[in-house]
Amino acid sequence: MEQNINTSALTDIPAKEEKQYSYLNLGPTHPATHGIFQNVLKMDGEIIVEATPTIGYIHRAFEKLAEHRPFYQITPITDRMNYCSSPINNMGWHMTVEKLLKIEIPKRAQYIRVIIMELARIADHIICNTIIGQDVGATTGFLYLFQYRERIYEIYEEICGARLTTNIGRIGGLERNVSQKAWDKLDQWLIDFPKAFAEFSGLLERNRIFMDRTIGCGGISAERALAYSFSGPNLRAAGVDYDVRAMNPYSSYEEFDFIIPVGTQGDTYDRFMVRQQEMHESLKIIRQALEKIKKEPSDVFRADVPEYVLPPKEEVYNDMEALIYHFKNIMGETEIPKGEVYHAVEGGNGELGFYLISDGGRKPYRLHFRRPCFIFYQAYPEMIKGSMLSDAIITMSSMNVIAGELDS
Amino acid sequence: MEEVSTEEKALTFLKEKFGGEILNVDSPYDFLTVTLKPEKIITIIKSLYDEQGFQYLTTLCGVHYPDQKSIVILYQLHNLKLNKRIRLKIPLPEDKPSVPTLTTVFPAANWMERETYDFFGVNFEGHPNLIRILNVEEMIIFPMRKEYPLEDQVREDKNDQMFGR
Repeated sequence: MEQNINTSALTDIPAKEEKQYSYLNLGPTHPATHGIFQNVLKMDGEIIVEATPTIGYIHRAFEKLAEHRPFYQITPITDRMNYCSSPINNMGWHMTVEKLLKIEIPKRAQYIRVIIMELARIADHIICNTIIGQDVGATTGFLYLFQYRERIYEIYEEICGARLTTNIGRIGGLERNVSQKAWDKLDQWLIDFPKAFAEFSGLLERNRIFMDRTIGCGGISAERALAYSFSGPNLRAAGVDYDVRAMNPYSSYEEFDFIIPVGTQGDTYDRFMVRQQEMHESLKIIRQALEKIKKEPSDVFRADVPEYVLPPKEEVYNDMEALIYHFKNIMGETEIPKGEVYHAVEGGNGELGFYLISDGGRKPYRLHFRRPCFIFYQAYPEMIKGSMLSDAIITMSSMNVIAGELDS
Repeated sequence: MEEVSTEEKALTFLKEKFGGEILNVDSPYDFLTVTLKPEKIITIIKSLYDEQGFQYLTTLCGVHYPDQKSIVILYQLHNLKLNKRIRLKIPLPEDKPSVPTLTTVFPAANWMERETYDFFGVNFEGHPNLIRILNVEEMIIFPMRKEYPLEDQVREDKNDQMFGR
């Protein structure tokens, strides 16, 4: 567009040197982003001036899918959201349905759930924290702690048969009782992991190079974090002690004694430290739960709700009742109350909410997942503005953005 | 001495200040739910934010009710200090759903509104960047509306009628 400005008066002033910006595509499949994330970065040298995230590369229409599936078939969908801690998603969904159906869960099943969820939280935090180490160049910790994450997966395997996408538990409790082998594995893990974890902490927590690299990198203030609806470790790193487990306890969390670690600066180091402390707290919770479980009858693992759980195949062939419930489940002839429920659990990286509307049919009328990643990832451009490219990488890994949860 | 709960306070506050806007009050599963007229929704949320401490936006999403020809937008707000939640619902007409943006109060509403636009076609007036977020840009439908089936209905290799899909 032509502009009618008389430029002759300005000729004496030397023309301002125009800044040359370059554009860089960070992602979508860059190994350093640990997932499918694309950011178009406007760069001034190595300084990021502007970032535009594009998301949705692995969108799988979970909310639409969920409207076409019976309740018990939605559990595998939730696996694939935050796949680093899928048991929490599974159980969050089960608890939502139980809230809708007003089912009371036996204490022992609640404690088993707490143990599994805390194991999942540790597995989730192991990934995040070791990846931060990896991204700043400390590969040792990553390889070292992943052995213990592997052993958590072996415990899952003993309990439900799967490792990553677990589909663990059923509506009302667990599918089957936890075997002795699983308890033994857990006991051994509880002896071995703290040692390895202490070594990992020793490698990084007070490491001068690591601290110089992460302190003051990708920080966010408590006010901005709340305005962006942060939750989980990222919010707590900024100094707000909001934890769903403490504020709106579910699954008997109110009986456990644990503290909520908070940071002050909201930067990468604080996020790392909050997760480190949370792992200690999770270990504490698991130990308490193991003590509590001893006092409960050892054969209880599920509430008596056969109309919502597929019975074991053996019983279907040999038992009349089991056959009836199997038929009812498959053909969708169970009665489900009408209602509207919101249930939130503390997922690996924040408040994972399930908003469910039931119209009395076998499928949800509407199911909305409140995915913490999706909500806090929008603050990412603001957090990396003015920082170096390499800081953008560790900011992202310390926020623990999981592509599956982001894109649903 | 009986204390007045925060929910009741919030409800009285809403009734006093915006009594004419309230369509329905309900509390399913102990979650205070207020259905409101859509016109003043941003003013209402702003005053809940300023005066009642509901300063955390938990959820923003849409629900389609083809029978009532409406798309309902719901906002779930959380008072973190007193740990109370409130759910606000606004029914919008199905053919041209439009509501002012909430990004002026909560920056977090940015992507949530984009998602709601993407799936339900709700126009958020004044939104800084109202484009599709999860689906491809070339898409011409709003897939979470009930009239769009899950799968291509002309497929003949599959018959799932018995199983309700």
